[in-house]
Amino acid sequence: MSLSRKTAVAGVYEHPTRFAPDKSMFQIMAESVRGALDDAGLTIKDVNGLCTAGMGMGGMGIVSFCDYLNLTPNFVDSTQIGGSSFVAHTAHAAAAIHAGLCDVCLVVYGSTAASSRFAIGTGGGGGGGMAGDPCDQYDIPFGPTTVGAYAMIAQRHMHDYGTTSQQLAEIAVTMRMHASMNPAAKYRDPITVEDVLASRIISSPLHLLDCCIISDGGGALVITSAERARDLKKKPVYILGAGETVRHAARGQRDFLEIAAAQSGRLAFERAGVAHKDIDMAMIYDSFTITVLVTLENLGFCKRGEGGAFVTGGRLRYDGDFPINTEGGGLSSNHPGMRGIFLVIEAAKQLRGECGPRQVKDCKTALVHGTGGALGTRHSGATLILSNQ
Amino acid sequence: MADQQPKKYSKPLPHLDEENRPWWEAMQRHELYIQKCGKCGDLRYYPRALCTNCLSPETQWLKCSGRGKVYTFTATYQNQAPGFRESLPYVMAYVELDEGVKMLTNIIDCAPDQVRIGMPVEVVYEDVTPQVTLAKFRPAR
Repeated sequence: MSLSRKTAVAGVYEHPTRFAPDKSMFQIMAESVRGALDDAGLTIKDVNGLCTAGMGMGGMGIVSFCDYLNLTPNFVDSTQIGGSSFVAHTAHAAAAIHAGLCDVCLVVYGSTAASSRFAIGTGGGGGGGMAGDPCDQYDIPFGPTTVGAYAMIAQRHMHDYGTTSQQLAEIAVTMRMHASMNPAAKYRDPITVEDVLASRIISSPLHLLDCCIISDGGGALVITSAERARDLKKKPVYILGAGETVRHAARGQRDFLEIAAAQSGRLAFERAGVAHKDIDMAMIYDSFTITVLVTLENLGFCKRGEGGAFVTGGRLRYDGDFPINTEGGGLSSNHPGMRGIFLVIEAAKQLRGECGPRQVKDCKTALVHGTGGALGTRHSGATLILSNQ
Repeated sequence: MADQQPKKYSKPLPHLDEENRPWWEAMQRHELYIQKCGKCGDLRYYPRALCTNCLSPETQWLKCSGRGKVYTFTATYQNQAPGFRESLPYVMAYVELDEGVKMLTNIIDCAPDQVRIGMPVEVVYEDVTPQVTLAKFRPAR
C-alpha cells in the first residue's frame, strides 16, 4: 500500500479516570487532547485535523467539540461505527495526511458511561414504540441485548467446535492478570477460571466475568506524517496498513462465525506487507471473551474452530507466545462504551517500550483490531498494523 | 400506532410502511413470508423494497412452512429495558427456516435449559396488539 510507513502515531494519551461524575465528556476529551499533544511535543496550534465519535454525542457532536475547543480544522471525520471507530479514524487520518488534506490530526474519545449509568450491554430496546432503521423492526421486538448477540456467537462456536466456558474464562483471567500490572486499571485483583465460571450467567453461555466492565474514560492520538513524526519528542509508531468493513445478517443468509475481522484483517496484512509471524503483540477488542476468540480466528492467527485451544495455556499473556491486551483490556482496565482508541494507545506504548512490568520483549510490530456493534447482529471491524521500524 | 397500543404491552413495536406492510399484514393472518427477487431469484429476509443482489424492485412473496431449526440461541437473564425486564429469562434465537433464511426470534414453550442448536421448531403467531403479530417459535410437535 502506498500509505505504508508514510504516517505515524506521534502522540498518545489515555485519560487516567475510570469514574468522573463531575466532568463532561468534552472535558475528558480536551484533557486527553492536552495529554496527547504534550506526549508528541506539539501544541493545539499545530492541529488542523480532527476525528471523533461517541455514544453520548449528538449527531453533530464533532462540530460541538470544535466549538468547545475553538478548533477550525481543515479535515473532520466523525465516522461512527461503534467501538472500532477510533481504529478506523486512525486510518482515515493517515489517508487524509497522505493526501494533503491536513498535517496534524487528532483522534479523540471521551465518555461518562459509568457515571451516567448507561446500560451498555443489557439495555437493548424497550419502552414501547420504536423508531430505528428497517433492520431494527425485525430484531428489537424480540429483546436482543448486546451481550445476547455475542452470546449467540459463543453458543454456535461451542456447538460447532466444542469450545468450552473454561477456555473463554482463561481470556478473562489473562486480562485481569495484565490489569494487575496497570495502576490505572479499574479491576486489579486476580481472578481464576473458577471465579469466572461461578459468576452469574448474564446471557447464556456468557457469565458476568465474560463481559467487559463499564467505566468512564477517554483518550487521544496525534497522527502526522512519518517525516514530521521523526522530529518530534517520541519515537514514531508507523502506520503500516489498515482495513475496515462491516458484517450483518446478510439478508438472512449469514455464516455467523465469519466476522468483519476476516476482511479487515486480510486488507490490513496485504496493505502492510507483513505476515502473521511478524506480529509481536496484538490489541484485540475484548467486549466479551468470545469476541477475542472469534477475532483471533478471523484474523487468521489460528484456524476456525481452533480458537479455544489457542487462547489457553498462557499464550495470550504479556510473556506468552502471542501477547494481547497487555493493559487489561475492556474486561478489566476500562470500557466507556467504545474502547477502540485504547487499543491504539497501548499498542503504541508497547512499540515505544514504555510499558514497564507488562512490556512485551522485542516488540517491533503490533496489530490492533477494533470491533464495533454486536457480532451476532450488526458490527464493524477495523484493523491496523503498526511498527516502530 | 403508538397511541393505539394496549397499555400492558410495553415491548417495542415495528413501524409499518410501504415496503413492509404486506409482510406485517400477512403476520396478522398468521402467515410467514420471505421475499424472492423476481429477476435474479435471490431470497431475502427481512422485507425490503429492492433486491440486495441486483436492486430489482420485482418482488415475489414466498410463503414459508413455518418450520425450521434453531441455528443459535441465548437465554437472556439480564435486560433492563421495560417489557423485557419483566419477562426474564427469555430465549432469543436465530431460527433457520426450511426455506433457507435465518431470522431472529424468541423460542417459547420450552425451558431455557432445554433449547438446543439444531432443534426442530415451528412458528407460533403471537398477536401482541390488534395491529401487530410476531412470529415466535416452539419445539416442533
